[in-house]
Amino acid sequence: MNQWIARQRYLVDFTLASLARRKTKNAGLLLVFALLVFVLASVMLFASALRHEATMVLAHSPEVILQRMVAGRHDLVPPGYVERIGRIRGVQKIEGRLWGYYYDPVVKANYTFMAVVPAPASGFAARPGAREASAPPAAGEIVVGSGLARHRGVQSGNVLSFRSYSGKLFSFRIAGVLPADSELVSADLVLTNQADFRAFFDYPADHWTDVTLSVANPQEVRTVAQKLANALPDSRPILRDEVSRTYQSIFDWREGIMLALLSAAILAFAILAWDKASGLSAEEKREIGILKAIGWETGDVIRMKLWEGLLVSLSAFLAGYVAAYAHVFHFSAVLFAPVLKGWAVLYPKFTLAPAIDGLQVTTLFFFTVLPYATAVLVPIWRAAVTDPDAVMRG
Amino acid sequence: MIELRDIHKAFNEGRPNEYWALRGIDLDIAAGESTVFSGPSGSGKTTLLTLLGCLARPTRGRVRLGDEDISSLPERFLTEIRRRTFGFVFQQFNLVRGLSALDNVMLPAYPLGLPHRELRARAEAQLAALDLGHRREARVEWLSGGEQQRVAIARALINAPQVVIADEPTANLDTALSCQFMGILERLLDEGRTVLLTSHDPLVVESETVDRVVRLRDGRLVEP
Ligand SMILES: Nc1ncnc2c1ncn2[C@@H]1O[C@H](COP(=O)(O)OP(=O)(O)OP(=O)(O)O)[C@@H](O)[C@H]1O
Ligand SMILES: [Mg+2]
Repeated sequence: MNQWIARQRYLVDFTLASLARRKTKNAGLLLVFALLVFVLASVMLFASALRHEATMVLAHSPEVILQRMVAGRHDLVPPGYVERIGRIRGVQKIEGRLWGYYYDPVVKANYTFMAVVPAPASGFAARPGAREASAPPAAGEIVVGSGLARHRGVQSGNVLSFRSYSGKLFSFRIAGVLPADSELVSADLVLTNQADFRAFFDYPADHWTDVTLSVANPQEVRTVAQKLANALPDSRPILRDEVSRTYQSIFDWREGIMLALLSAAILAFAILAWDKASGLSAEEKREIGILKAIGWETGDVIRMKLWEGLLVSLSAFLAGYVAAYAHVFHFSAVLFAPVLKGWAVLYPKFTLAPAIDGLQVTTLFFFTVLPYATAVLVPIWRAAVTDPDAVMRG
Repeated sequence: MIELRDIHKAFNEGRPNEYWALRGIDLDIAAGESTVFSGPSGSGKTTLLTLLGCLARPTRGRVRLGDEDISSLPERFLTEIRRRTFGFVFQQFNLVRGLSALDNVMLPAYPLGLPHRELRARAEAQLAALDLGHRREARVEWLSGGEQQRVAIARALINAPQVVIADEPTANLDTALSCQFMGILERLLDEGRTVLLTSHDPLVVESETVDRVVRLRDGRLVEP
């Protein structure tokens, strides 16, 4: 056992010396390899983080959202509308929501204002993902998303002023900042109480933006939607399942594009690896011959090269993956957020919740490290099994 | 100690450029002797050395080492025998560039997995015995031809082989260095090793250190 370890140590030593001797070539290779892993891992991490966010979004969103349509457009829900639905079997809760968009010219960003309406009149059914206190903020107070807080440079206790669409200036005291665990959905949020919301937007009394329904049994969702459509012909029920499917297909589609681009990169890498491998340099062939002539077994030579391949590809893999992790979760995937994210929300610094999918890491590992190791080994093996007498002839 | 019987060696057998480099060699080599193979260029000297040193196998015929027939052994065992029994000094020296003299000397022992300190001490002793102690950390490509050859000799001796094989050892050396080499040869013989050389060089062929000269022509032995 000790001897085995000593042998491997000698092989690794020799490998390291070999790598050092061909510094530029190996550094170049390492760089290309690491870059490839970086890009691939960035896409994977980013896409899966987005999907994770989407799942979180949907987990907190109600089964059905009911919008009222006027001339094919989303309109306010008038008083008495909800009552007309009457009792539908399977519906646990019907709640009106109040929300709207506000453009902040100071930082050129859009915020989502939302009123927290206390249950039972109309509980805060949630802008998805925002799992904030269900108690509404006190009058003149707001709770803001972490993205907004960061961007405006404010914190709890500060006062923030907005000029409303009617031209009046409103000042709010920040009562709290939402936790940053799912910024995609809560970064731009401003929570107020109902009265402040209506005052700020001049929102007509007793009108709602839309209505949410909770349905306990997923099998009943479609029937409920059907009954809603019958009772209120001018309404549009939006089902969570449908939203989920749309999200998934958007993510899959975008990821698909990225992966198509990336397969080109992988191909280039394969060619590079193959070229390096099959184009075993005369110097390397000579060395293999020497090693065999002075008493190395074919297996020793192959083990030595295996170490070399492993050292190169593992360090490239690690470097690439760590860089990708930093890129996606600390630098907000700056390099391709525009491609993947797509929807034009202005997030000053948009941070995804770090999530690593073991299966993904494994997949990536097997699609980069293994092909490289084999591409390198095949020609080595061919060179290593030939008789070493050629060394005698220089 | 080594016994060759009716050795034939063909290159590119069965192809249009088939070439028989050795055509029926019978030879016995005694332990502890020095033998020089001599003959015109292309007569098969180097080819014969590769067969004697287990670097290649004969196309036909038998090679016995001690009382073992090694001509039909699989490659793994051949390597094992080569490592244990033979040390090579190649005409081109064949040192691994970019490594120090010391690393080059230690190289043949890596697969044995000896403790590092022990191996290093052995390699240093070999270099010191060849007057190269002070150059051990130098990269081999910075060494002179004579120094490189001595590193190659030290490397050939690291696994304490019974037989030392050198192909044209003086071809790249001037007279003074050639004489120095013959001195080293004498030391090896004093230590009880068997030495096999090829050479055209009269300084080697006619030297008193050499016990036996075997002449070749066209892949056959020339009777004296
Ligand atoms: N790998 C090979 N393929 C084909 N022919 C070969 C090969 N190796 C050697 N030969 C031929 O075999 C013959 C003997 O070669 P060898 O190298 O043994 O000669 P040599 O006596 O050592 O000559 P020199 O004195 O020039 O070194 C030569 O004609 C050579 O061309
Ligand atoms: Mg020759």
